[in-house]
Amino acid sequence: MKVGIPREVDPLERRVAAVPRTVRKLRELGFEVMLEKTAGKGAEFTDDQYTEVGATIVDAETIWSDSDMVLKVKPPTPAEADQLREGGRVLSFIHPAENDELLEHLAARKATVLAMDCVPRITRAQKMDALSAMAGVAGYRAVIEAAHAYPRYFAGQMTAAGRVDPAKILIIGGGVAGLAAIGTARSMGAIVRAFDTRLAVKEQVESLGGEFLVLDFEESGEGEGGYAKVMSDAFLEAEMALFAQQAIEVDIIITTAIIPGREAPKLITAGMVESMKEGSVIIDVAAEKGGNCSLTVPDKKIVHHGVSIVGYTDLVSRMSILSSRLYASTLVKMLEEMGGGENFSIDRENEVVRGALVMQDGEITWPPPKREETKPETPAYAEDFGSRPLPDSEEAASIAKKEAVAAGAWKAGGILGAILLALVIGLWAPISFVEHFTVFVLACFVGWQVVWNVSPALHTPLMSVTNAISGIIILGGMLHLSTEANTAAIVFGAFAVFFATINIAGGFTVTRRMLAMFRK
Amino acid sequence: MIHHAYNLATVSTTAVPHGPVASDSFVTIAYLVAAVLFIMSLGGLSKQETAERGNFYGIIGMILALGVAIFSAEVNRYGILAIAMVPALIGGGWLAVRVKMTEMPQLVALLHSFVGIAAVLVGFASFLDPHQAMTPAELTVHEIEVYIGICIGAITFTGSIIACLKLHGKLSGKPLMLPARHLLNLIGLIVTILLGVWFLNSEATATGIVLLVIAAALTGIMGAHLVAAIGGADMPVVVSMLNSYSGWAAAAAGFMLGNDLLIITGALVGSSGAILSYIMCRGMNRSFVSVILGGFGTDGGTVVASGDVDQGEVIQISADETADQMMSARSVVIVPGYGMAVAQAQHALAEVTRKLRDAGVTVRFAIHPVAGRLPGHMNVLLAEAGVPYDIVLEMDEVNDDLPETDLVLVIGANDIVNPDAEDNPTSPIAGMPVLQVWKSTMVVVMKRSMATGYAGVQNPLFFKDNTRMLFGDARDNTDAMLGGLRS
Repeated sequence: MKVGIPREVDPLERRVAAVPRTVRKLRELGFEVMLEKTAGKGAEFTDDQYTEVGATIVDAETIWSDSDMVLKVKPPTPAEADQLREGGRVLSFIHPAENDELLEHLAARKATVLAMDCVPRITRAQKMDALSAMAGVAGYRAVIEAAHAYPRYFAGQMTAAGRVDPAKILIIGGGVAGLAAIGTARSMGAIVRAFDTRLAVKEQVESLGGEFLVLDFEESGEGEGGYAKVMSDAFLEAEMALFAQQAIEVDIIITTAIIPGREAPKLITAGMVESMKEGSVIIDVAAEKGGNCSLTVPDKKIVHHGVSIVGYTDLVSRMSILSSRLYASTLVKMLEEMGGGENFSIDRENEVVRGALVMQDGEITWPPPKREETKPETPAYAEDFGSRPLPDSEEAASIAKKEAVAAGAWKAGGILGAILLALVIGLWAPISFVEHFTVFVLACFVGWQVVWNVSPALHTPLMSVTNAISGIIILGGMLHLSTEANTAAIVFGAFAVFFATINIAGGFTVTRRMLAMFRK
Repeated sequence: MIHHAYNLATVSTTAVPHGPVASDSFVTIAYLVAAVLFIMSLGGLSKQETAERGNFYGIIGMILALGVAIFSAEVNRYGILAIAMVPALIGGGWLAVRVKMTEMPQLVALLHSFVGIAAVLVGFASFLDPHQAMTPAELTVHEIEVYIGICIGAITFTGSIIACLKLHGKLSGKPLMLPARHLLNLIGLIVTILLGVWFLNSEATATGIVLLVIAAALTGIMGAHLVAAIGGADMPVVVSMLNSYSGWAAAAAGFMLGNDLLIITGALVGSSGAILSYIMCRGMNRSFVSVILGGFGTDGGTVVASGDVDQGEVIQISADETADQMMSARSVVIVPGYGMAVAQAQHALAEVTRKLRDAGVTVRFAIHPVAGRLPGHMNVLLAEAGVPYDIVLEMDEVNDDLPETDLVLVIGANDIVNPDAEDNPTSPIAGMPVLQVWKSTMVVVMKRSMATGYAGVQNPLFFKDNTRMLFGDARDNTDAMLGGLRS
């Protein structure tokens, strides 16, 4: 089986879909590898380096006509698609939602197309997650570009010549790119703040040393079951107010907010730019999708009111050696998933392959049928450079669901039994008992609700406090101790009071002692 | 919820009111407030930040309830009351201040037994002195309440005593395995029910008392037997179960007296104990019934019989080497078990932790839900030793991080780190959630000997390539490690 790697035609694209290291790996998997002349030039790999590991160097035409599978980075152009041999295969970024024309051209060639950007985000497919790999590079590079354009230090310093304050950076969007940017900027010594509509990102942001900005507003971008939901107007307003405030305070803004299949949301207005300090920098990672800043010019660095606005769309290409290697390795893993060179097959039962399969023999197979429990994670922000859903979240959800069903059956049975019991009691019990019984049942429920979420570290203190309050049985002792009728009852009552009092005094004291130790 | 004043504070016609007497409505409302404070107390205890406030609410509620009760029309005889209460107050407080944190499980069990005995006493008193005029139907209900209250109280009392003795080491932790013990329990239950029927149909007070004493003795024996049959490893479940029982006993007393505050409090405690038991059982992946029926878990463990499958060689390590390894690690997870509590190693361990953290090593503690002999036992001990509670994590929080952990130090824990629970479906502990320490780069297991844990099963962890054994007393070894870290 032959795989062919053409030279990327986009002049700004310097990545290549195979590096010498992955060519060797492909050969081991049983593939024959052809590269177009100078395909690796943008990533500083020479043709000789490729031939050394067993690739053959051919011209573009041969690649498109002879390969059983063409490996690319950018989606093929319609012109490239037309060169594909009939029934040929392509593995590349495709972005099927935005490339109708390309799909038509490919369909005309009866092509089979696999999109790296459609690999499902499940644990098993992490090694094939090209989007996250590229997003990480983009986040890093965004900070580097910011440092380049920013005319001051990132880290604060006390020098003999005076104090230098650290740079304050706002990062919008807590996806992979945003998180990579936070880590990078932190390690360079800047003060990093980050914002995302999903509160769940807070912990990840903080784990990297960033400060998570919270709107004074009760709404999370993460709806039921991890879905993103449309934020209310009031929320957006609060969000914009936050950005306006931050624009005045921070030196650098890096925006990574992208909504899949749509133009990037405009989050930084011209007014906010003008409110920023002279020499400030905005890096718009979303420039390719129109940009998060309304002044962004794609592929250009412009200066507006002393603020540099960088709209480079080739951040990842600017690190082409690294990003080529990472991307090429996700391709290898994908080909391995499909059986390698010897046992190659497109197995529609394979969840990963099925997810990536956009077209088979000219027939569009995208989007893939949803598995029942699969919930496509659509974060409000940063899909392309997006946040990865927690691994296993789907599996966990399905297990939890099953458990919930089983528990539900038990619960239903229990409730039914309880209702029957209650009715039987109602048939014969005197009213005074029923009144107490009502109180009893309600109190059980209250106890259940109140204690249910107890933190495990507090089990022992909880137990000793319940111990103390169950000493309330002392009331029983007190009543009987005061009776006139019966000496035995008085004695019993007195002893009951004695024991219950030990409980009350002991229980509360010991709880106090324990809780005092739990202070941080 | 509470709409009949006489339900809360029944008017006693026989008591002679004296002193400042609170009206019935006032007493009822005060009890209502106390009940609400108790609910807030439990709610507060479920979170670290509000826990102290929760305890405070409980104290206020108790003072309010007792104060109002003492000044109500129903309570007189302040002399006897003082004689009963004052020494108990001092004694209870003294006990609680004196007790060592390692003895906490015994104390908790002992306190449960007091609620049990109090319920039994209140039951008897209530039978002798029903305290209110009743219709025949009400009388029957009252007698049922007395009977049930005494039975639950007796089970709680003896069960807790046995649990206390077991935890204190006065009784062997080994399950008592009488032949046909399930049958014995069943017979006990049936006889108890029959006695109850007889009791309801008996007219004379004397007969009733005799029957009640017999029933109390019988259920007392059953309670002792039930707990005796449960092994040391299941103690956390037993203690929380007894906690639950003590609540139900209090609730039963509330029914006898027609006192809603008692009913509410008892129900709160009962359901909270039940939840804790459930959480513990889930931690061991066992059903409540299988724990209660007992027979699981042995005493101090047995040395593996020579006929056992040869698992390979263990690799030993010294305390100094362990100290070196920990210093050069980036992240260390410490898994404490009952062995740490027994050896009192928590203070030295806290010091080790501090040293490592000062040196920039990330140190965290991983607590298995059933580590120790009491729910949350390890947390209490570590808190006592001054380990910051935010580095003390639950099993689920840590398990995912273990593959990236450089070194795991297991101190006196065995079954909760046994890979057989996941790998070997025939193992007695199969299916129990465990800390997957073997996934880390290196595991150091501190242990007295190659004896097995409470479940009595061998642990393949000790024979893994990345496992090192550090034999000896946990305290001595931890001290030695501390010496190594200082030098």
